[in-house]
Amino acid sequence: MSQRAAINPSAPLSRVRAGVGEGGRAARSREVLERAAALLAPLGLLLFWELLVRSAVLDARFFPAPSSIVGTFYTLVFVVPWQNALPNHLLVSLSRAAVGFLLGAIPAIALGVVMGLVPLVRAALQPIIGALFPIPKVAILPLVMLIFGLGEQSKWAIIAIGVFFQVLIATAAGVANIERIYLDVGRNFGASRLETYWTIALPGALPLIFAGIRLGWGVALLLLVTAEMVSSKSGLGYLIWQSWQTFSVEEMYVGLVTIAALGIVSFWLLDAIESWLLPWKARR
Amino acid sequence: MAGAPDGRESICYSAGAVRVCRPLEQRRRGRVSMVVEGGRGMALTEAELGELDGGTRLRESPTAKIATEQLGKVFQARNGRVVALREVDLVIPDGQFCCIVGPSGCGKTTLLRILAGLEEHTDGRLKLTHADPTKPLNSMVFQEQSIFPWMTVESNVGYGLKMRRVGGRQRREIVEYYVDKVGLAAFRRAYPHQLSGGMKQRVSVARAFANDPEILLMDEPFAALDEQNKNLLQEELLKIWEESKKTVVFITHSIDEALVLGDRVLVMTASPGTLKADIPVEFPRPRQVYELKASPAFGELAYNVWSQLRDEVMRARDEEAVRP
Ligand SMILES: Nc1ncnc2c1ncn2[C@@H]1O[C@H](COP(=O)(O)OP(=O)(O)OP(=O)(O)O)[C@@H](O)[C@H]1O
Ligand SMILES: [Mg+2]
Repeated sequence: MSQRAAINPSAPLSRVRAGVGEGGRAARSREVLERAAALLAPLGLLLFWELLVRSAVLDARFFPAPSSIVGTFYTLVFVVPWQNALPNHLLVSLSRAAVGFLLGAIPAIALGVVMGLVPLVRAALQPIIGALFPIPKVAILPLVMLIFGLGEQSKWAIIAIGVFFQVLIATAAGVANIERIYLDVGRNFGASRLETYWTIALPGALPLIFAGIRLGWGVALLLLVTAEMVSSKSGLGYLIWQSWQTFSVEEMYVGLVTIAALGIVSFWLLDAIESWLLPWKARR
Repeated sequence: MAGAPDGRESICYSAGAVRVCRPLEQRRRGRVSMVVEGGRGMALTEAELGELDGGTRLRESPTAKIATEQLGKVFQARNGRVVALREVDLVIPDGQFCCIVGPSGCGKTTLLRILAGLEEHTDGRLKLTHADPTKPLNSMVFQEQSIFPWMTVESNVGYGLKMRRVGGRQRREIVEYYVDKVGLAAFRRAYPHQLSGGMKQRVSVARAFANDPEILLMDEPFAALDEQNKNLLQEELLKIWEESKKTVVFITHSIDEALVLGDRVLVMTASPGTLKADIPVEFPRPRQVYELKASPAFGELAYNVWSQLRDEVMRARDEEAVRP
C-alpha cells in the first residue's frame, strides 16, 4: 500500500497544494498572534504594575496604581469645572501647537523652495541658518517671552521658531536634491519660475518636506510643554507642572498619558496625510 | 537685408557677444524660457542679423530652421576642460527629418541640449527660426528618465499644453489622443512607479508630440523600447512628421533606424565631436519599413554609414582606454 501511495502521482501534488494552503493559514495566524501580543503586553505590564503597588512593593506616592490614575482621569474629565478640566487643557494645548506649527512651517516651506532653487539666496542664508539652528530653542524662551509677553503669542512664537528651522532645512535640501533633468524638462516646456516652483520644486521635494514636518511636529510638542510649564495657567504642560507643585502625582500621570496619546494620534494623522498627498510614492 | 517674409523672426545666439538681451521668444511672452544664462546669448531679428560681422553662413540660409556656424562647447569641469563639441557647421532646412549618429560620448546630447536652449554654447553662432509664435519652438525627448514621478501619465503628457495655457477640454482631447497612440490608455491614471522602463519612455515621447512644437528634438527616444513598440512609434512619428512637416532632429545608435526615418544622416566624429559625414537618404516616402530594409540599396547605404562610423567608434574606444 505505502509503495503504491509513493508512486501515486497525485499524492505529492496534493501535498504541495496543502502545503501552500497551510502556509497561508500559518501566516495569518502568526499575524493574529502578533497583534494580540502587541495589545496584551502593555496590558500585562499595567496589571503587573497594579499588583506591585497593591502589594506595596512600589511606592504609591511615586507610582500610583493604574486604577487610581484612571479614577483621576475620570474626575479630570467629568467632575472638575471646565476651566480645570482635561479636555480644556488638551484643546488649549492643541490650538497653541497648531497655530505655532503653521506659523513656522508655511514660511519655512516657501523660503526653503526659494533657497533650494536660487543659489544666491542659499549662499546668503546658509551661514545665518547654520549659526541659529544649533541654539537649543528652549534657551531663547526667556527672550521670546520678553518680546512677546506671557500670553499666547510667546507660545506661538517659540513653537514657530522651532518648527521653522526643521522644515526650512528639510525643504531646502529636498529642493536642492531634485534631479536636474526635471528642471530641464520644466525649462524646455516653458514653465515660468512660479510654475517651476509649483509643479516641480514643491512636489519633488515633498517627501523630504514631510520628513521635516515630522521632526518639526516633535519639536512643537516639546516646546509647547516647556512653554506651558514656564508661563501659563492652562494647557497640558501647565497641568503637569501644577500637579508637581501640589504633589498630585495621579494628575501628573494623566497629563503624561494624554501627551503620549496626542503624540501617537498626531503621527498617525501625519502618516495618513502623507499617503494622501504622495500617492506617487511606491509604498514599501 | 530686410526682415524675413511673413513676419518670421529668427533667434540667434552668438557666443561671446557683447550685447546682452533676451531671446525674442522671451521678450514676446514675458517668461523665462530659453538660453542666456551667463548673458552670452543675444536675440536678433533677421534685419539685425544682416548687420552682424561674420555670420555669413547664417545669413545665407534664410530657409534654414536651424543653422549653426562654428558651433563649439567647452565644459568647465572641476578636473579640467572637456571639449564636447567643436566647429559644428550645420544647416537644417524647415521640415527636414535629420538623424544623427556617432560614437558614445561624442557630444550628440550636448548638441541637442544647445539646440533646445538648455545648454549654452561657448563658441560660434546658432540661429533658430521661430515661424509661429503661438506654437512652442521645440520640445525635447530626453535620453534619460525624465517624466515627473509625482504626476500621472495623463498629467505628464499634458504638461507642455498646461504650461502653454491650452484649455481644459482641448487639452484633455489631445492628451487622450497621444496617450492612446503610445498604447498607454489603460495606464492613463497610473503613476510612473507603476510603469516599466519602456512605458515611461513612451510617456516622454507622447509629452513631446502632444506639445506640437515646430522642432522635435529626440535623443535616442526609442532605444529602451521593445521591437514591436519601437516599430509602432516609428510609424507614428513618421505619420506625425508627414502631416505636420515639423523639423525633426533625431539621435540614434541604430543605423537602420536612421535610414528608415531620416531624410539625411549626419555622422559625428569621436570626442570632441564635430560633423564627419552628411549622407542624404533618398528612399521614396511613404516608406514600407520591411521592404525597404530588404532592398539592396538599403544595405549599401547602411554599409556606407557604418564604414564612416566604424573608425570613430574605434577611436572613441581607444581614447576612453587611455583616459584616467
Ligand atoms: N555637464 C557636463 N559637464 C562636464 N562634461 C560634460 C557634461 N555633459 C557632458 N559632458 C561631456 O561631454 C562629452 C559629450 O557628452 P554627451 O552627453 O553629449 O555625449 P553623447 O554623444 O550624447 O553620448 P551617448 O551616446 O553615450 O549618450 C562627454 O565627454 C561628456 O563627458
Ligand atoms: Mg547622449
